[in-house]
Amino acid sequence: MHAESVIAMSEAGVRDPTKEAFQELVLAELPALYSLARRLVRDGAEDLVQEALLQAFRGFATLKEDAAAGRWLKTILVNVFRDQLRKRSRTVDERPMGDLDDFSLYRTLVDEDPFPYSDTLHLDFLQGFDSEDLREVLIRLPDIYRIPLVLRYMDGFATKEIARLMDAPLGTILARLHRGRRLLEREMWTYAQEAGLLTKERAEDE
Amino acid sequence: MSDTKAIPCSEAVRQLWDYLDHAIQPEDQEKVEKHLSFCRRCCGELEFAKEMRAFLATSTAEEIPPYVKERLERFVERL
Ligand SMILES: [Zn+2]
Repeated sequence: MHAESVIAMSEAGVRDPTKEAFQELVLAELPALYSLARRLVRDGAEDLVQEALLQAFRGFATLKEDAAAGRWLKTILVNVFRDQLRKRSRTVDERPMGDLDDFSLYRTLVDEDPFPYSDTLHLDFLQGFDSEDLREVLIRLPDIYRIPLVLRYMDGFATKEIARLMDAPLGTILARLHRGRRLLEREMWTYAQEAGLLTKERAEDE
Repeated sequence: MSDTKAIPCSEAVRQLWDYLDHAIQPEDQEKVEKHLSFCRRCCGELEFAKEMRAFLATSTAEEIPPYVKERLERFVERL
């Protein structure tokens, strides 16, 4: 047996084209997968990605076309995450988080006017958030609101697809998206105050 | 024109994101558009909703630290 052919063999002693194809597809998707995982869990993003990769490898045959690999992997990751949530037997926490219905970040910004010299108050506010700030805000939201928000508005999943993934009726997902947007806006306002995003001199040298 | 299509600001604001998603019934869309045609505040809400969506959609991906990337790559190679 030639040395070079040994390298291309799996432990079973046969060359495994499936495995090589899988590796090639997946390596390019690692950053996007990890990014999604970080927005879903506070700790353990890497474990979540590993578990998703394991399941993806087992179900590699279900991938219809290589071009869909990114979305396919993300879907698997969300499924793994959902199952983890269930196992922790955390009952779905649908209790209301304070009185939200009349909170409007748009109006709050107009009323509080944190940047009095700005003509683009609302944009300035958003631009104060870097990706770590946004992640911190997202992680504070209850899972049932964060997951649809991240999938819909950051990763571009359709609401129907989210309903299927979360095993919930479409109406429920729409309601959670609605409430989730309100929560996100309120949490962004709270966080901006705590983290000093509303003052020009944000401590950059810390 | 009848004013049966009139809706309050709270209702218009509630529907803005679905309106932007084109996930709204045609008759509701008409109501929202009618409301926007005369309500400055809700036009402001609409602009901000657009900005929020763009902000979320374009927020940079969470950077994968090199050592994590390396570990995951090794993990994939050993599958
Ligand atoms: Zn209005």
